[in-house]
Amino acid sequence: MTVIANMFGRWFGRKAPQSGAIGEDRIAVATQSQLIWWRFKKHKLAVLSLVVVALFYLLALFADFLAYTDPESSDSRRGYIPPQSICWFDSDGAFRPYVHGLKGVRDMKTFKLVYTVDPNRKVYIKFFGEGYAYNLFGLIPTKRHLLSYDSTVPENGLFLLGTDVQGRDLWSRLMVASRVSLLIGLAGVTISLFLGVLFGGISGLYGGAIDTAIQRVIELVRSIPTIPLWMGLAAALPNTWSSIQVYFAITLIISLIGWTDLARVVRGRFLSLREEDFVVAADLMGASRMRIIFRHMLPSFTSHIIAAVSLALPAMIISETSLSFLGLGLRPPAISWGILLQDAQNIQTLAIAPWLLLAAVPVIIVILAFNFLGDGLRDAADPYG
Amino acid sequence: MAAFIFRRFLLALATMWAISVLAFTIIQLPPGDFVDAYIARLSSTGSSVSLAEAQGMRELYGLDKPYAVQYLKWVGRVIKGDFGESMEWQRPVSEVIGDRLWITVLISFAALLVTWGLALPIGIYSAVRQYSVGDYVFTFIGFIGLAVPNFLLALIILYVSFRWFGLNVGGLFSSEYELAPWSLAKVWDLTWHLPLPALILALAGTAQLIRIMRANLLDELRKPYVVTARAKGLTETRVILKYPVRAALNPFASTLAYLFPYLVSGSIIVSLVLSLPTVGPVLLKALIAQDMYLAGAIVLLLGLLTVVGTFLSDLALMWIDPRIRHQVDQ
Repeated sequence: MTVIANMFGRWFGRKAPQSGAIGEDRIAVATQSQLIWWRFKKHKLAVLSLVVVALFYLLALFADFLAYTDPESSDSRRGYIPPQSICWFDSDGAFRPYVHGLKGVRDMKTFKLVYTVDPNRKVYIKFFGEGYAYNLFGLIPTKRHLLSYDSTVPENGLFLLGTDVQGRDLWSRLMVASRVSLLIGLAGVTISLFLGVLFGGISGLYGGAIDTAIQRVIELVRSIPTIPLWMGLAAALPNTWSSIQVYFAITLIISLIGWTDLARVVRGRFLSLREEDFVVAADLMGASRMRIIFRHMLPSFTSHIIAAVSLALPAMIISETSLSFLGLGLRPPAISWGILLQDAQNIQTLAIAPWLLLAAVPVIIVILAFNFLGDGLRDAADPYG
Repeated sequence: MAAFIFRRFLLALATMWAISVLAFTIIQLPPGDFVDAYIARLSSTGSSVSLAEAQGMRELYGLDKPYAVQYLKWVGRVIKGDFGESMEWQRPVSEVIGDRLWITVLISFAALLVTWGLALPIGIYSAVRQYSVGDYVFTFIGFIGLAVPNFLLALIILYVSFRWFGLNVGGLFSSEYELAPWSLAKVWDLTWHLPLPALILALAGTAQLIRIMRANLLDELRKPYVVTARAKGLTETRVILKYPVRAALNPFASTLAYLFPYLVSGSIIVSLVLSLPTVGPVLLKALIAQDMYLAGAIVLLLGLLTVVGTFLSDLALMWIDPRIRHQVDQ
């Protein structure tokens, strides 16, 4: 990854390291976190990725605000409506964004009323208007949304990314799905981190037989094919469980594999730091083991852990997406990227509604961004190198 | 060296044992036992089973015994090749799995070959011609390969080939050979369908291997012995291929041990999208229908597959790298 990041770094005008007396003075008195930040800043693509990741988590925070129709509200008469494009200016040239409305047509084969796009009707989009009720951050009840439209007329509708077979708006669902998928990544990585630091730490600290045993276990875990195992565990979750229980169970299942990489990083750091002069010095001065670990060793490898975490996160997100895609992960009414992609599983559906594949776009962007970010962080983690 | 092989063999056995416990746990996880499910299935079709018969079946399968005993009985039967009965299909599990296991092996192995075949030359090229246009292009493609999960890639390729070329790239056989018995023509048909799924499966691993190969080779190329070789007047090809590439291959082979489980695992989900006749779709169906003997057998067999693959790649590592052989001898 470093190689690629360097290459992109060159494209984005990464500068050669500063030289000269002024630069050296600054570096000589800088704290470690300043050094890391300076090194990280040079990596333009990683900085860009940091912004992208931050934006995505901001989006997750305001998911309901950014959605404009209730992601659960379905209307089978509005199934498979293609994405609408926004016309920004009205016919008189004034800035008044609108989309074309719908028209009820009776299907002569089934005699059902089906909505199709009517180019003669206009549905105006309001900014910061009122829509369905929700709780902002899960606390503040509100009806404000970024976009809204007059939904009292049944022919009105706003479908920026089209609808699925049940007539649910893909844009609104995608917003809510992003929140679920991004949070499950964070939760999974937290559990992995706990396991990784625990086992990696024990392994690196004690060495000897304990180390060998833990290393063998890690090797064993890594040689088990993950997807069949996950599938088996996920399928065994009782049907009676609520979607919240399933959510936590799935998080636990995907983090059962992810901890091995983190454990390796932690162990490696412990082993190399154990021999460092400052650790030996602290030991000779009579510092307790806990003090050595938390006061002296931990600060010098937190940056490594953060880098490893940001490289582990995309793997978690892919795992959840794969499981939900197979129908063994989160269960409806929960919405995640994998569940959205499940609708686009076969070629027959894709032929009718190719826009359902758009749910793959945020997955790819987030995974790429996390990879670049982790890469930049890993380079910056050791600013003396 | 024999000691090294023996140690790896022991580790493989331990892994296999752990996988068998996991597979058995998966079989046991759903509430109720095999007989309960069997009775429920029979009563849904109108027939019934008396309590005595049910008790007889429980004794036959040892379901009234403790967990450990049941496990041992199951392992004992599995070693003899008897995986139990599939409820969903009403046939022995080994019959249901049949050819599908070999097709899984075939696809995973083909993907492995593609990974090797692509990563080696591209890695060498990218290192020798660092920062050239070709290097950038390959790195870029590699990045896509890393960022797009392989089932998504399969989905996108499926859509693109359908939309713009009117082709259905799913499946592993043309329709006329799908149910036909094995023949030369069928094998030929298979060789035409195999490359695409193998490539989709291989892309992420290839991207990773190219990176590793490139970084290792760049390190090696800067070493003094390369200058010496050039000074002696060796041709450039020989300088690169004879020493630095060989030295750079070492981590390449060790990554392989982790690549194989990854490929087998990936083949499951890609098979579903591309409707390939591997064990993947059967596993998913078995899990959803809670046909647990079938699901457990597939998890066990896939585990066995990766353990054998890992063991073989350890042997390959020793064969490639004399340093390991000698270190082991000491």
